[in-house]
Amino acid sequence: MEGDIAEMGKFIGAGLATMGLGGAGIGVGHIAGNFLAGALRNPSAAPGQMANLFVGIAFAEALGIFSFLIALLLMFAV
Amino acid sequence: MATEEHASGGLQIHPMDQFIVKPLFGGDHIAWYTPTNVTLWMAIAVLAMTALLVLGTSRRAIIPSRSQSVAELFYGFIHNMVEEVTGHEGAKFFPYVMTLFMFVFLSNILGLIPMSFTTTSHIAVTATLALLVFLTVTIVGFVRKGPAFLAMFWVSAAPLALRPVLALIELISYFVRPLSHSIRLGGNLMAGHAVIKVFAGFAGVMGVASVVPIAAIAAIYGLELLVAAVQAYVFTILTCVYLRDAVGEAHH
Repeated sequence: MEGDIAEMGKFIGAGLATMGLGGAGIGVGHIAGNFLAGALRNPSAAPGQMANLFVGIAFAEALGIFSFLIALLLMFAV
Repeated sequence: MATEEHASGGLQIHPMDQFIVKPLFGGDHIAWYTPTNVTLWMAIAVLAMTALLVLGTSRRAIIPSRSQSVAELFYGFIHNMVEEVTGHEGAKFFPYVMTLFMFVFLSNILGLIPMSFTTTSHIAVTATLALLVFLTVTIVGFVRKGPAFLAMFWVSAAPLALRPVLALIELISYFVRPLSHSIRLGGNLMAGHAVIKVFAGFAGVMGVASVVPIAAIAAIYGLELLVAAVQAYVFTILTCVYLRDAVGEAHH
């Protein structure tokens, strides 16, 4: 019985960890939206900033990835 | 733990089964020298890269053939990126960055062939690539700048009272780099492929209505093509950003 509760806690914890991905979604959307807003005001400057856009998205995404990592750890390593 | 592996229950297709590493020539035991499906698809990626970049450009025609145009496109794209992000000093690392990009890109694209195996969906593969980048950046940084490389942790633009705190944060973020670098690529690819297989499972049990999941699979496949290219690009550009810390002039 005790083992079952631990199992349940693992699954609930992994499910809760996925909520962190929402934060990553907000961050990535914020960056992309602001990039688009800036790019529409000054389209000629936009192509030069593509690299910065992707780096910014990657960094924002990294923190969501950690919650994914915690879900993976709970499911397979704990 | 069988319930864990096949938690999807009634589905006929188990979404995670596509990531199982199997020996190519039968048997169950996997030693370090056993040729597996990972070995096969990595070899195919390397062969494809060689065919495109070496054979494709071997004629060096003034009016390029189709394969030569594609190879030159990749070459110019990555060369511009390295020069733009790491600066003139970093151009020395162009061969390394180009190899990384082509390997990751071709592995991602080859993994999208039905029934193939996506080597980059395994965190073991991406972690190896990311750790190599991490070691390269650290070693090159110390060789080129000596102890001054540590100055990147000491943010001189910030007020003095804040600097120890920032140094701690910078230190943590430096050591977390290989982790996020590898899991970003592996996680994105794994999640995308698992989603396709989940929809394939729906198509198997829905009868006539399976037109809907099949259309969804086609749409997701298009998205996955985009993800494959964008994740290879992101992996490479982050490599360039990290290399800038090691070879570029100080930004802080």
